[in-house]
Amino acid sequence: MDVNPVILKFVYAATVVSVIMGLCSYAVLAERKISSWIQGRVGPNRTSLPLIGGIPLIGKFLTRLGIYQPVPDGLKFLFKEDVVPAHVNKFYFIMAPVIALVPALTTVVVVPFGRFVTEAGEVIPLVLANVNVGLLFLFAISSLGVYGVVLAGWSSNSKYPFLGGIRASAQMISYELAMGVSVLPILIWVNAPGREGTLNLFDIAQAQSGFWFAMWMPVSAIIFLVCLFAETNRLPFDMAESETELVSGFHTEYSSFKFGLFFVGEYAHMVVGSCVFTLLFLGGWNPMPFVTLEALGFGEGILGAILSVGIFSGKMCGMMFFFMWIRWTLPRFRYDQVMKLGWKILLPLSIANLVVYTIFIFYLDTKL
Amino acid sequence: MPIVIKRRPLNFLEKLYLPEIARGLSTTFKKIWEKPVTLEYPEQRPTIPEGYRGVPTLVKDPEGREKCVSCQLCEFVCPPKAIRIKPGEIPENSEYAHVEKGPQEFEIDMLRCIYCGMCQEVCPEEAIWLQNQFSLSGYSREELVNNKEDLYELGGTLPDEHFKWRKKKEAAEHGSGH
Repeated sequence: MDVNPVILKFVYAATVVSVIMGLCSYAVLAERKISSWIQGRVGPNRTSLPLIGGIPLIGKFLTRLGIYQPVPDGLKFLFKEDVVPAHVNKFYFIMAPVIALVPALTTVVVVPFGRFVTEAGEVIPLVLANVNVGLLFLFAISSLGVYGVVLAGWSSNSKYPFLGGIRASAQMISYELAMGVSVLPILIWVNAPGREGTLNLFDIAQAQSGFWFAMWMPVSAIIFLVCLFAETNRLPFDMAESETELVSGFHTEYSSFKFGLFFVGEYAHMVVGSCVFTLLFLGGWNPMPFVTLEALGFGEGILGAILSVGIFSGKMCGMMFFFMWIRWTLPRFRYDQVMKLGWKILLPLSIANLVVYTIFIFYLDTKL
Repeated sequence: MPIVIKRRPLNFLEKLYLPEIARGLSTTFKKIWEKPVTLEYPEQRPTIPEGYRGVPTLVKDPEGREKCVSCQLCEFVCPPKAIRIKPGEIPENSEYAHVEKGPQEFEIDMLRCIYCGMCQEVCPEEAIWLQNQFSLSGYSREELVNNKEDLYELGGTLPDEHFKWRKKKEAAEHGSGH
């Protein structure tokens, strides 16, 4: 059977985007459930679907778990009144939520989520676009997400959204630097002389068959993680939203589906961020340090591919849980503390980390 | 004199943030496994403490006789004037003909009632009681005026053993000095 490869790409893209959207909607549910568990509450437990909810035991159990909650959560955005205040700049106001969501969904194309080993022993990455500049592409596009926030804040023509937008841009600038510098040791190691140079996320994940990078570059991992929280605007860094100070920050004036887009964008950023952290520092689809799927005998074929995707998604969900766990543990930083942490602590630390690991990797590569 | 609380300066580990964050995370992680404190309201009801002042009701004594003798003290004392009583004679052929009076109509307007409990306090017959019911709703104003049947339905029977009017009757019949 011959299928036009272009059409095939469209099918893949649609599949991946729907999976990401599904993950986002269930991430919202997970967020609500985890917050309620941490706060000693029950969380969403009433929404039921007519037929499935009626199944004895299972239907009741799933209802208690809130499995059907994402459906009304999403529909709610469609059916609410969509208010566009009179004082906004309409063009940018309507464009902002789109700009917030698109980069998050675009970055997904370079994120590999598993590997497939053919019988000939050839390793094929399961990814939409296996580009060599993967990591650079990812950084470049994901930073564009902040434009959505800034535009929303600016075009709302209202003081709280404006402050939120300013904060978001300042925060993005401050943490992007430390984030970029913190992954350099990995790139130096992966691209060491004598190795085939790459920025490909797939190859970086494959390079962690021994130690995971989080294990021998813990400082990088921590800096990257902190910056990831800042970049995704998650607590304790949700300066742009900070509902206790700025009402609702940049999306104060948004309602209905436009707000929904921001909401999905935030969670899509989180999903992609979790994927990237897993790929860079947590060994991708390697089940354990020093244990690859090949070593366990699940290398080849469909089973190996499914296992690799499963392990990767498991780690990713773990990261998502960590994101939410942090959110419901830590209070928000003050704005000046965020700036101080970014410029005075994380940036110098990441540079020092880079210097130390450059010397260390030089030593490893030449003397050993 | 103001109380001055000395703040201990942060030690090195605390200044690093991370150990403290880990401590916070462990606290919240433990909380995840604890039983939720939520009372799932419509299915689970709170335990009502004794002496709770809910919706005012009329009660009957263990013999099934309405205790109210329509003295109208509650109507008189009611601060928001929520109570309307139309007193009536008790028919000659009734079993309780010896009782002074009974209410023909007894209405409590729940839109006016402030649940102060003065009617219960003032009632010489212990006929009106503020009981456990705390939630009450209706679609019209008329629905929220409890008439005599509603009040007795809500009130039920008060298991007291006074039997004041039976004793009165016995005293009248046997001429004892009670």
